[in-house]
Amino acid sequence: MSEYIIKNGHVFDPVQGIKGDKKDIAIKDGKIVDKVGSGAKVIDASGKTVMAGAVEIHAHIAGPKVNLGRIYRPEDKLFSCTPTKGMERMGGGASIPTTFKTGYEYAKMGYTTAMEAAMPPMFSRHVHEEIRDTPIIDEGAFPVFGNNWFVLEYLKNHEIENTAAYIAWMLRVTKGYAVKVVNPGGTEAWAWGLNCLSVNDPVPYFDITPAEIVKGLIEANEYLGLPHSMHIHPNNLGNPGCYQTTLDTLALAKGMKANNKFGRETVMHLTHSQFHSYKGTNWGDFESGAKEITDYVNQNKNITIDTGNVTLDETTTMTADGPFEHHLTGLNNLKWANCDVELETAAGVVPYIYSPNISVCAIQWAIGMEIPLMMKDPMRCYITTDHPNAGPFTRYPRVIKWLMSKKARDTQINAFKHKDKVLSQTSIGSIDKELSLYELAQMTRAGPARTLGLANMCGGLKPGMDADVAVYNFNPDKPVANPDDIETAFSRCAYTFKSGVEVVRNGEIVNNGHKRTLWVNVKVNDNPQVMRDINEKFIKYYSMTQNNYEALGHHFVPNPYALEVDATHV
Amino acid sequence: METVTITMKNPPALYLEADNVSPDAFAGKTEAQIAELSVHEGNTTTTLGKYFEVSGNAGATAADTKIIVKGDVKKVKYLGFKMSAGELVIEGSTDLYVGAWMTGGKLLAKGNVEGFAATAMKGGELIIEGNAGNYLGAAYRGDWRGMSGGKILVKGNAGSDVGMYMTGGEMVINGNVDVHLMTHAEGGKTIVKGNASSKVGGQMVDGTIYIFGSIDTMMPGFKPKGEVELEVDGVKATFAHYIGDMGERHKKRKGAIVYANLYKKI
Repeated sequence: MSEYIIKNGHVFDPVQGIKGDKKDIAIKDGKIVDKVGSGAKVIDASGKTVMAGAVEIHAHIAGPKVNLGRIYRPEDKLFSCTPTKGMERMGGGASIPTTFKTGYEYAKMGYTTAMEAAMPPMFSRHVHEEIRDTPIIDEGAFPVFGNNWFVLEYLKNHEIENTAAYIAWMLRVTKGYAVKVVNPGGTEAWAWGLNCLSVNDPVPYFDITPAEIVKGLIEANEYLGLPHSMHIHPNNLGNPGCYQTTLDTLALAKGMKANNKFGRETVMHLTHSQFHSYKGTNWGDFESGAKEITDYVNQNKNITIDTGNVTLDETTTMTADGPFEHHLTGLNNLKWANCDVELETAAGVVPYIYSPNISVCAIQWAIGMEIPLMMKDPMRCYITTDHPNAGPFTRYPRVIKWLMSKKARDTQINAFKHKDKVLSQTSIGSIDKELSLYELAQMTRAGPARTLGLANMCGGLKPGMDADVAVYNFNPDKPVANPDDIETAFSRCAYTFKSGVEVVRNGEIVNNGHKRTLWVNVKVNDNPQVMRDINEKFIKYYSMTQNNYEALGHHFVPNPYALEVDATHV
Repeated sequence: METVTITMKNPPALYLEADNVSPDAFAGKTEAQIAELSVHEGNTTTTLGKYFEVSGNAGATAADTKIIVKGDVKKVKYLGFKMSAGELVIEGSTDLYVGAWMTGGKLLAKGNVEGFAATAMKGGELIIEGNAGNYLGAAYRGDWRGMSGGKILVKGNAGSDVGMYMTGGEMVINGNVDVHLMTHAEGGKTIVKGNASSKVGGQMVDGTIYIFGSIDTMMPGFKPKGEVELEVDGVKATFAHYIGDMGERHKKRKGAIVYANLYKKI
């Protein structure tokens, strides 16, 4: 494999504490190394910003609900198609891009690892086929557990060992990466036409509460010692006053300690926190609860969050929170698709327009800005748009611009039709903080990598780590003349390296890389009861056999990378 | 105003997507530059000059530019695509998407046009002297935003799904229309001087339809509200008034419930 040396760039690497020093980064055989030979290809990065490849902790980029969005929104591709060009195959879609466009866009922005945030286990084969067809970036997928019949039955009796054995089986057959929870209990209740809007609402038939599900899944997660923490989309998403449910959910992690060999220090990841930080009692007195949420997370160090920034675009919402999507279609009267996944989960899809002329959308934008600016530890708060729910991931450069420039935020606030309402219902007007490049590297690289249990592999530029490197046309020594220059610089990398392969040069794809599927292989002690339960449920309830369930072999996972976990000792 | 005439000389083997034939794309260009504008034949991108003879230079702006399209353009799509000003005259019949996404200017089609004419039209004027195809003034596939402004006049008949998801603007059809007139509409006005087929105004929540002739089968979701004297497009007559679609959601405007209105001439 080729050797490279990236010379004279301003390096930002929280893993090594490098804050913009001029430093050379050497690459050999796919890894960052101390030095390379004189034959190494020289990349001149003088006057440029050098960071590790960025890590996406939460996006909906592969699988049946993403594809449902693609199928039922042909208008999303209307004026957003790009023809075949050089290494690139044709692509299309603005909020739900094709698999190829997804890979290219991430790589061009300097992202090299991404997590699909909600994999319906029964459709893991479909998820992996799409992951396979998404070039360049390493990907993992989180199977959803929060409404799964096995989990509900085991946790009703607090059977942590059985839950853990089931999770281990599920991660193996679906080639999954982590324990994802979406509206715990609420999506199962949705199958009965109901919902769980608080952590104490009982789930119909199963007679268990969301609180018991969440606590039990954290315990099982730490019992196994998985790389990532339990990753949760709490109950009552998107409703005025939901911040209280969020605080109740966060409190469930109280006293829980991380147990793993991957360097992860936290036990709960609250995703798209913007959607869960609403105060008020209705859409008229709707206001920000960002302070309450970030105060709690700042104090409780076993929790991480991501933002879920509203980007003020037309987009496509999609979530395994089935009842929420039904609620949303009632609010905006746009087309709705719903899918029930047998014993496991459900999903809904509704297009949405975050209009700067609507006060609620503008306040949502402001809350998304407040959260990362109010978080004291950037290693525990990560930038996402919950793609495509709050906006497409292709808008990260714009979100970065807003976070790095008070001037850019003020320009946006002044452009809102209901500017006064935004200023009275949030505290965005009084926040002067501007994110530094080092904090940006913490929020998009080192932080998410550590929480995903990938700290030894990616998110940093320490010798021995994978050579995932992004070089931006951004000179930190020069004052920013126009905030739009930030957006331009982070939109298209000067260079992106993925595992030591130069995949992007001058903003263009030059190599399709060797993308890997990340999954977690957990060894547990034999558990005949759980295996018998699985066999029985397949016979009695599933519409398919186990033979057609597993995502196995070269067709589905052509280039796997398994993180090995041994949980047999417990 | 400067006039550019383009005349079909070498008809394409496949259908030609001529999305650059508009006063906006021609504006400020010379005869030679216009001939170099791109068109798509199948998966091949070529130039307008390969098929059309171009004569005349365009005006400085779209508003100063008039285009006359001559010859057989039955296999040409997207004439007048996204035009915002100026004039376009199509002397013969043409294919899909005439005046699609147009926002202004005047487009005159002297022959027949195929489907999706004036898709998501926002403004301007479209006159079709022959017949129009299906989905006139409708939304793009999957979209919920049909014609929202401007005027359309069809001197002949129109096809099915006319004004689907229409939200504004006005359409007059001198002949007949096929099924699904103004399905899902949330505004706008359509006047049909001839007859309408069945499923008129299905799932319509706002907007107005006038039918001078007959309706094959009324939608059960429309409720009779009596008779009214109206002057519609210069014609004074008595109309039976219906509101609907009762099976749909109902918006409120200034405290009052909004329904779509359907008037049928008696």
